[in-house]
Amino acid sequence: MLGIAPSVLDPAGPQAAHISSLWWLMFWVATAVFVLVLGFLLAAFLRRPRARVPITADRTLTRAVAASAVVTALILFGLLVASMWTSRAIASLGAASAVTVNVTGHQFWWEIEYEDAVPSRRVTTANEIHIPVGRPVVLKVTSRDVIHSFWAPNLHGKRDLVPGITSAIWLQADQPAVYRGQCAEFCGRQHAHMAFEVVAEPQAQFDAWLDAQRQPSIAPAGDAAIRGRDAFMRAQCILCHTIRGTGAGALVGPDLTHVGSRGKIASGTLPTTAAGLAQWLRDPQHIKPGNQMPPSPLADGDVQAMAVYLESLK
Amino acid sequence: MSAASDRELPPLLEDAARLERTWAEQPGLVGWLTSVDHKSIGIRYLVTAFVMFLAGGVLAALMRLQLSRPENPLIGPDLYNQIFATHGTTMMFLFAVPVMQGLGIYLVPLMVGARNIAFPRLVAFSYWIYLAGCVFLYASFLMNTGPDLGWFEYPPLSEQIYTATRRPDVWAQLITFTEVGSLSVAVAIITTAFKMRAPGMSLDRVPIFVWAEVVTSFMVIFAMPAVMLASTALILDRLVSTHFFDVDRGGDALLFQHLFWFFGHPEVYIIFLPGTGIVSTLVGTFARRPVFGYLAIVLSLVSTAFIGFGLWVHHMFATGLPQLGASFFTAASIIVAIPTGLQFFCWIGTFWNGVPTIRTPSLWLFGFFSVFLLGGLTGVMLGAEALNSQIHDTYFVVAHLHYVLIGGAVFPLFAAFSYWFPKMTGRMMSARLGAWSFGLFFTGFNLTFFPMHVLGLHGMPRRVYTYLPETGWGTLNLVASAGAVFLALGVTVFIVDAVWALAAGAEAGDNPWEASTLEWATSSPPPNSNFIEPPTVAGRDPIWDNPPDQPVVVGLRTDVRDVLITHVLDAEPDHRIEFPDPSIWPFLTALASTALFVGSIFTPWAVVYGAVPVFITMVGWFWPKKPDEGGTQLWPIRHRTLPMPNEAPAGGTP
Repeated sequence: MLGIAPSVLDPAGPQAAHISSLWWLMFWVATAVFVLVLGFLLAAFLRRPRARVPITADRTLTRAVAASAVVTALILFGLLVASMWTSRAIASLGAASAVTVNVTGHQFWWEIEYEDAVPSRRVTTANEIHIPVGRPVVLKVTSRDVIHSFWAPNLHGKRDLVPGITSAIWLQADQPAVYRGQCAEFCGRQHAHMAFEVVAEPQAQFDAWLDAQRQPSIAPAGDAAIRGRDAFMRAQCILCHTIRGTGAGALVGPDLTHVGSRGKIASGTLPTTAAGLAQWLRDPQHIKPGNQMPPSPLADGDVQAMAVYLESLK
Repeated sequence: MSAASDRELPPLLEDAARLERTWAEQPGLVGWLTSVDHKSIGIRYLVTAFVMFLAGGVLAALMRLQLSRPENPLIGPDLYNQIFATHGTTMMFLFAVPVMQGLGIYLVPLMVGARNIAFPRLVAFSYWIYLAGCVFLYASFLMNTGPDLGWFEYPPLSEQIYTATRRPDVWAQLITFTEVGSLSVAVAIITTAFKMRAPGMSLDRVPIFVWAEVVTSFMVIFAMPAVMLASTALILDRLVSTHFFDVDRGGDALLFQHLFWFFGHPEVYIIFLPGTGIVSTLVGTFARRPVFGYLAIVLSLVSTAFIGFGLWVHHMFATGLPQLGASFFTAASIIVAIPTGLQFFCWIGTFWNGVPTIRTPSLWLFGFFSVFLLGGLTGVMLGAEALNSQIHDTYFVVAHLHYVLIGGAVFPLFAAFSYWFPKMTGRMMSARLGAWSFGLFFTGFNLTFFPMHVLGLHGMPRRVYTYLPETGWGTLNLVASAGAVFLALGVTVFIVDAVWALAAGAEAGDNPWEASTLEWATSSPPPNSNFIEPPTVAGRDPIWDNPPDQPVVVGLRTDVRDVLITHVLDAEPDHRIEFPDPSIWPFLTALASTALFVGSIFTPWAVVYGAVPVFITMVGWFWPKKPDEGGTQLWPIRHRTLPMPNEAPAGGTP
């Protein structure tokens, strides 16, 4: 699917569009003020040199300065109204029903959970949020450790993930595409590599994806994948990760049940290919120094096999 | 002493010589450690702060090097985080605030016609504490223990369980150093400006720079305790397991942010209001007329200070505030632009009806006007909650804050350095090198920071040690890094200029710019006692306004450090007081306090043990003196005599 470069000025949803209009309004007003003020300053310098003007002759000047101050206040008031109007427009999409997604920040990845009244139908994944195009989505965000900030510039402004507080923002994507987002609040050594992707797709495709995510992991096919799975279950991996349908059920790291279906691993850092996975498994601390995944003691053959296995977890 | 040279009755020469001996520092190293002269301390502050500016600049250059291309393997996240956190901490706490206070320490007493700053030993103490803070931060940094969580150190990240190193403790204690130092100076500056002004300098004649320093000092007094609360609670959380910010135990992660920004936003004004004070002073001098709209400018300073305390939450819009609260802080953030706008109009008006002259300081003024204006305009954008949610914590903010702080403080400071350098040293800096350093700095600045606006709009967050190639941020980052080279060259030329001028600059004379304020009414550099004959003033611009027969203050003793104290409102003489002689105690107290501060990083018991030497040195400091040794215990009874001729200073305003 089409990948969109992150940009505030390339809005793909109603909120980002409102904010982008506010930006352009403020940009042009600011440009005009900048040119005018510096123009007057320049004119003051370029005027023919005069004798020292007696202070009593400053009355015209007083009026001019006072008028400028009043105009400034009026402009600022206008911008204030525009700003409040925009805030109101983006605060809520006000729909009767919306897809609800829980986003929980971790050092240095995103836990994504799709709510459902039936607990067994809830879906947990990581670093990749699928949303249906043209439908409002509510994100309920919080953090498990330190403060992070959720930001997909093409869709909406950012919202902090504060431990102990859950807050909600609305999103909507108007075009099917993959939007890149990134953590915007400094959260530690790998703040730079804490990205995510928002995949906006048509409703049918979204439903199919959600259904697929509800399934347990597929059984490994082929020698390499089987060896990979066995290595996974034998090694320290199961202390942190879940692969539903297997014995791995820990909740510390990202859920890997369908890791092969996600475009990127390590929070948007590497492509989910066998090569990318192997690179990551061999030494996660080399790619993201300071992240929570310890270096693996695996033999090289096991690493390759595990990469094949994980890639197969579509 | 041009102001006094044509007086009918010059003071007796031996009287002047005795006065100079009375106010002299002791010679040698002892003199250096015991000095209580505001001129020496002020210059030390300026030089130390400039060294910190260079240190922070080197760190910035390293960051630009690292970010010049995507996935640069040069600097890893551990070191990079220390670099950016130490850069921010240095620039905010060890450069911007102290340099403005240092300028105030040097200039405020001269501008109000006083012989020294109020509480000179306290000011000496604050310098030593400040110096200790600088050494402490950089010693920690070199030992791989520099702060690595930004200049803001938000918990929970800075709590023990997420950061088990000593780095956040170093940051928290550095705040204590800055805290103690800047509060002391603020008190001294306010007292000097309120109680030690030359007779005739009623409140409506106080130089605007002094107003700016006073307003700033009040802001320091109200803002700094908030950050002290935050950093102390943080270090308590870490040291003795209190749970102020521990969410799992009923603490609140956002409380720290409120406390921090209640200080942090006024901090911005603490940094640039003295800058606007410099600008108002220089605009008057280089427009060759009194600055237009004195009252408007002073009221702008005061109202900025008030409003400045009402908009801290715009640093926290992204935390998800209720709409009504966000609207209030949006309004406050936008309103604060009005007083600053008014100041701009007054400055333009001054040039409009004046005779503008272009010298080195006025070049830097031009830099201030354009750069600070742009920073102010992007500030309005950041104040708007909706837009803030997009550009907050991105490189747009990095650009904005450097336009505001470099524009609002560093450009005026370079203007101030070249403007007051002749007063401090007696020598002129070179006009040619000045133009070169300005040109390089201005070009480099815009090249470095302007592209960051665009980077932020294209999604580049702050505080990242690297970025992926597919983000497309590489080119503009390279441009920014190239700009840093020009910036560094500009600063280098400035240093060469200053060193060259010290060695071989032209003689400056008393008043090379034909300026109007009192610091130019004495020799360059000023004598030990500042003014052989303390001046009185007859207008806002004393050198321009004073008639030739303007009286001087007589009747102060020359064998002790006698100082005239005047009333707050009208500067009528009130009483005399003897100022302290040089003293080693401020230095020793600072040493003892430093030991306590540093020790308490490692154990809470350091507060107990460390209090003993602090107590001993303070007893030494405050040891009562016998009446015949001078000192203060007879004050004010014995010195109640008014030293002035009976005539009241001329009232009214021009």
